[in-house]
Amino acid sequence: MKFWRKPLDSDEIEVTIGEIHIIKDRCKGCAFCVEYCPKDVLELSDEFNVKGYHPPYVKNPDQCLFCKLCETICPEFAIWVTEKPKEEKKVES
Amino acid sequence: MKADPKRVLTGAHYLDGDHACSEGALAAGCTFIAGYPITPSTEVVERISERIPTVGGIFIQMEDELASMAAVVGASWTGAKPLTVTSGPGFSLMMENIGLACMLETPCVIINVQRGGPSTGLPTLTGQADMMQVRWGSHGDYEIIALSPNSPQECFWYTIKAFNLAERYRVPAFVMTDECVGHMTEKVIIPEADEIELYTRRYTKLPPEEYLPFKPGPDLVPEMVRAGDGYKIHATGLTHDEKGYPVMNWEVQEKLVRRLVDKIRKNADDIIEFEEEATDDAEVVVLSYGISSRVAIPAIQKARKEGIKVGVLRLVVVWPFPEKKVLELSKKIKAFVVPEINYGQIVLEVERAARGNCNAVLVPHGGGWVHNPEDIYKAIKEAVR
Amino acid sequence: MNETLTKELKLPEEKHPMENILRMDRIPHIWCSTCGIGIAVTSFAIALEKAKIPLDQVCVVSGIGCSGRVAGYVKLDSFHSTHGRAIPFATGLKLGNPKLKTIVFSGDGDLFGIGGNHFIHSARRNMDMLVLCINNFIYAMTGGQCAATTPLTANTSTSPYGNYEYPFNLPHLADSCGAVYVARWTALHVRRLANSITEALNKRGFSFIEIICPCSTIYARRNRLGSGLDIMKFYHDNSVIKHGANTKDLDIGYQSKIIVGKFVDRERPTFLDCLNDWNRKKFGDKFREYGGPDD
Repeated sequence: MKFWRKPLDSDEIEVTIGEIHIIKDRCKGCAFCVEYCPKDVLELSDEFNVKGYHPPYVKNPDQCLFCKLCETICPEFAIWVTEKPKEEKKVES
Repeated sequence: MKADPKRVLTGAHYLDGDHACSEGALAAGCTFIAGYPITPSTEVVERISERIPTVGGIFIQMEDELASMAAVVGASWTGAKPLTVTSGPGFSLMMENIGLACMLETPCVIINVQRGGPSTGLPTLTGQADMMQVRWGSHGDYEIIALSPNSPQECFWYTIKAFNLAERYRVPAFVMTDECVGHMTEKVIIPEADEIELYTRRYTKLPPEEYLPFKPGPDLVPEMVRAGDGYKIHATGLTHDEKGYPVMNWEVQEKLVRRLVDKIRKNADDIIEFEEEATDDAEVVVLSYGISSRVAIPAIQKARKEGIKVGVLRLVVVWPFPEKKVLELSKKIKAFVVPEINYGQIVLEVERAARGNCNAVLVPHGGGWVHNPEDIYKAIKEAVR
Repeated sequence: MNETLTKELKLPEEKHPMENILRMDRIPHIWCSTCGIGIAVTSFAIALEKAKIPLDQVCVVSGIGCSGRVAGYVKLDSFHSTHGRAIPFATGLKLGNPKLKTIVFSGDGDLFGIGGNHFIHSARRNMDMLVLCINNFIYAMTGGQCAATTPLTANTSTSPYGNYEYPFNLPHLADSCGAVYVARWTALHVRRLANSITEALNKRGFSFIEIICPCSTIYARRNRLGSGLDIMKFYHDNSVIKHGANTKDLDIGYQSKIIVGKFVDRERPTFLDCLNDWNRKKFGDKFREYGGPDD
């Protein structure tokens, strides 16, 4: 994770990292998750799902902070986030 | 199961029909009553609201009859035996959720103390003109059970019976009294609790993962569960499959609606109850129900004195209609005489069931008062000519 | 969604974390793309988890309409009742078994058009239930007719030249009728909405939360407001959080600012509290309190 300046408490705070799961064929392409992801992790793909919508794909997997906003704002129950195990986390300054 | 002694007001009482209905409901184990004031049925809920704090249960005066009936359906799904009480205009408002009760197969009892109509009509005077509405009033195809007591004593017993039938067949059961019976005060004997037999609702014994809420048993009636028991059921007024999920196609509609009507039609012989008297050699049979069956007595006696062979068929259960019995009698008599306080409702069923074998003579009355027995006598005389 | 299409959708083996609360065998749901009802359901599910209420005791009752379908998608004891009658149906459930937690999840047309009378009376009685109202300003299921909440001048299929009827201010109505908890959020305020529902779930008495939801297929299309995403952006730019605002000031005009927040949070004895306390006072030991079908 990159910061424009190193936060004072960055040694104490454990930044969580998420892994995004998408059920593409359940998506109806509203793009709420893409628009409201605070870290711009997602983007709409060019491919069509079975219903003819463009589902999102994970463009910047490393940026996900496990905030679960995409999961909460998805009207289709099509996307969710799990927390990555701790050893994989790394903070860059 | 026997009635709970704490709920039964054992003894000899001098009660009007409405109050007898209240005692019947309490004895039957009714624990949820939602009502809205309407003449001439209000006395039923008035007595219940007086008795319920010490008997046990909830009485709530809802904002209207739409709400009363909806609350009754909701309460039934918790396992409570629910009751609501009304008369003509309120009955019209209840039709919407009576349909819901039929669709969700919800046991519930509705007492309709009939008054003169249409519209506001005669709030304080009698009528029997809701007999077709009770059968057909809500939209779509369905079947219900309707009883018609003709005395306060019967109001007591048939309210209990209505609860038993509703629980047995998972269907709304109606007690169709009228202003005369409701406001008539007579001796009512309330027996010991152990003389009152109550039907216990059948709950499933299956675990939640195997249970299908609308899968019928051999008698076409599904086993029930209660909200809060962990079955997480879904019940919808939409056409639904055995799982309770909405399905919009004709096959599921056919299966569901056919069963909703068949569960009453195929069990009709077990539900139907009537009183039959002197029909063996009768030339004419007076077919009546409710207060009209009592008004007909002097007319029948007078005709018999003159040597006319008059039989009596008095319907206790009006719906489902005893068509087999009517057909059987129609083959050996000249006519049915049907006095009712309307311009021809049950007489249409009699005509249909008699299949042209004999006449069905209506003795109509617009409501507001009972028949003059003389009119019924004249109709009997005319019928045998 | 028809059955063949549902079968075609090959769902992966991974499980969505909300599967314990949704009827996954009924998903995908019938709501349009960008409809906000799904978001409200998610917030509700999150709140249920947070509030730590045993799921067996939760009952959801819906009326008719788009939002009326919620009952069919939640894996709880759920009832899809008749149009406008969700509140009295829930009243029956609550009184039939006071241990149940009853939630009414329905739309503005259902709760305030055809069912307005039930709403005001249940709030007056302080019947213990939570009413979640999806407000999309229109009768969407039937094709976009004018509702009791349609803002002035908005176009609907029965006000094709613009609406000239004044709409309800729902939080004010709930407040003045005696609701103990009144809040309003939009579908964009997912976290605040979930927190609000959690709070309301733990309240005793009549709680009301209005959820402003985008309806892109009908309301936005008729009024040329763009896509569902455009409406969400509108909420972002135009909603003002004002906790404790006077509910009189919460009218919503056509494309006006939307004041959101928690407006009322107070204590009042519930219907059952009053019933039981009064009868205990009047009858003493003779009072037989009703606690449910097992009592």
